Amino acid sequence: METQKINIPVIADLFARNEKPEYLFWVGCAGAFDDRYKKVTIAFTKILSYLNISYAVLGKEETCTGDPARRAGNEMLYQMQAMQNIERFSSYEIKKIITICPHCYNIFKNDYPDLGGNYEVFSYIELLDQWINGGILLIKKDALNNPLITFHDPCYLGRANGIYKEPRNILGHLTGNVVEMKRHKSFALCCGGGGGQMFKEAEKGKKEVYMERTEEAITTNASVIATACPFCMNMLTDGIKYKNKEAEIKNLDIAELITQSLGL
Amino acid sequence: MTKQIVFALTLLITLGIFGCTAKRIIRFFMLTKPAFPVKDFSKRLVVVFTVAIGQTKIFRRPVIGLFHALVFWGFCVILFGSVEMVVDGLFGFNRSLKILGTVYNVIVASGDIFALIVGLSILIFLCRRLFFHIQRFSGIEMKHISHYDANIALTLIFLLMVSLQAMNISYVDLQTANHLTVSGIYPVSSVLSGNFLGFPSEQLNILYETFWWTHILLIFLFVNILPYSKHFHVFMSVPNVFLSRLEPLGKLPNMESVTKEVKLMINPDAAFQVLSADAEVARFGVKDVDDISWKNYFDSLSCTECGRCTSVCPANITGKLLSPRKIMMDVRARMKEKGPFLLKNGKSFNDSKSLLRTYISEEELWACTTCNACAIECPININHPTLIVDMRRYLVMEEGSAPGGLKTAFANIENNGAPWQFSPEDRLLWAKDITLKTK
Repeated sequence: METQKINIPVIADLFARNEKPEYLFWVGCAGAFDDRYKKVTIAFTKILSYLNISYAVLGKEETCTGDPARRAGNEMLYQMQAMQNIERFSSYEIKKIITICPHCYNIFKNDYPDLGGNYEVFSYIELLDQWINGGILLIKKDALNNPLITFHDPCYLGRANGIYKEPRNILGHLTGNVVEMKRHKSFALCCGGGGGQMFKEAEKGKKEVYMERTEEAITTNASVIATACPFCMNMLTDGIKYKNKEAEIKNLDIAELITQSLGL
Repeated sequence: MTKQIVFALTLLITLGIFGCTAKRIIRFFMLTKPAFPVKDFSKRLVVVFTVAIGQTKIFRRPVIGLFHALVFWGFCVILFGSVEMVVDGLFGFNRSLKILGTVYNVIVASGDIFALIVGLSILIFLCRRLFFHIQRFSGIEMKHISHYDANIALTLIFLLMVSLQAMNISYVDLQTANHLTVSGIYPVSSVLSGNFLGFPSEQLNILYETFWWTHILLIFLFVNILPYSKHFHVFMSVPNVFLSRLEPLGKLPNMESVTKEVKLMINPDAAFQVLSADAEVARFGVKDVDDISWKNYFDSLSCTECGRCTSVCPANITGKLLSPRKIMMDVRARMKEKGPFLLKNGKSFNDSKSLLRTYISEEELWACTTCNACAIECPININHPTLIVDMRRYLVMEEGSAPGGLKTAFANIENNGAPWQFSPEDRLLWAKDITLKTK
């Protein structure tokens, strides 16, 4: 087995060389700064390189989409961020955006058009599903030894944008053992991290939302809780930790499951 | 002739009272703000056919949903009979729409069967409310009055169905006894007929007239009670579905007023032009009931307090104060309280109360995860999260009020372009030393 170092293409460098990538890969703040989610970013870039996809990141020029500000009521701050991003996207003539964060995905896809930012926006889940279905990304079903996987639907992929099939299709290629939680697809319970909750203390109640969801995931007896969102990952990983189930249950992103099965 | 005059007068009174109620509600709508232009009629009709006529969202709870769907479809069919009764009453006919032939037979037969089905379903609903503890029928917003409200409306519907069935039975009996043709087909009433009440045939006419009048008067009463009850739902739900927000649930409405300000900050040269055009500075977000949109108010009037939204709310499930149903009930109650004074005393009226705080606390608003479980669950497409965010917008942009963690996140986004305190210079640290295994 040989290894090859990958250089992450930065859009400013490509432009300096008069090159234009097909996709902008929007890493997102969690993907860039959260230690756990950085691993997902790396896993996804490995897949991009493995498939020779033409892409680039904004790197140091990336900034918050404004999503947490917007859902928390700070429309002013959101619009400042959005206008800044739209201007930058125009200067790099960006047409297609890939995101690994459902919150970034949703705001680019649904909210930016009102401010004049119109792009083809893809969730990495949609593209991975397309590549698998198109035979571009070949996965061997037995590579992971058929673990029992349950999928937690992120609100901003599922209810907000109707992406329910794609993650399940992908998981169907990774294992023969997919189990659904009682509340799934449009009935799925939120992890408790959206709408700005990620950045504040929860209000007084009898339980944390992520504990309620983790308990539900545990009852499926799955050995892997698959997620596709940095907030969901953070919340459910905490839940597993508090339940002392770290040895039995792994919380992995769909991109990580793919790189594991491909041995990347 | 006397019957016609009495009927016409009763109808006139019914419509008169209803007209006054409608006028009052329409005037409340005049107090609200614009939401979105109502266009895309073809899309809207599709939503009406699936969500309203097809009852697709009520079937998210298949068992009790089926009973509701049966009641709804029953109402649609039975409405035909009610229209016929009004025509008959006004012009002195008997079963005037029988000229429709086979169509008439089919509709009347379905109506006769549905009268029984609706009656039984309503009994099940009443039993559930009276003898079982259904979690979603309780909650801080569910006061005694909410339960009375439900039980009165259900009882009234039950009586409507009993009087309808009794009317049909006595009609079949009356016609048979007098050797006259029975117009329409009555699968249920025919079985129950055959003079089972033991009435002498000459008195059957009185019996039939009594049930006829009981049924139509109950309808007239129902029509005028509904707008003052949560069962206003019966009138408002189908229009509310027609007026649904058609955008994806993840999309929030853009605030043009903010866009204007942000553009000013980016391009200060345009400042004085815009300022002169902007005479009245509108409030950001929603503080009170006169800041809400017509759609928010429509939602609140259509809500029948079924609690499906609250039963799936992650905040509510885990014991937080937030209940999406309460938000809708509060909007309706606050309009009822403040609306008349706003109409009488003008926009400057102030009773030192407001929707936000007097009715809905900040604690409730900040507990929302904007997961949209409530919005997807609502059988009539009420949208709670947009209103919750609108109230957050008021808190943040007008009062600078938000939980500490969020204030820090705002400051971080402003200063370093991320909700956490990391330097933009470090955005590519993850990209160092990535290796890919090749064969």
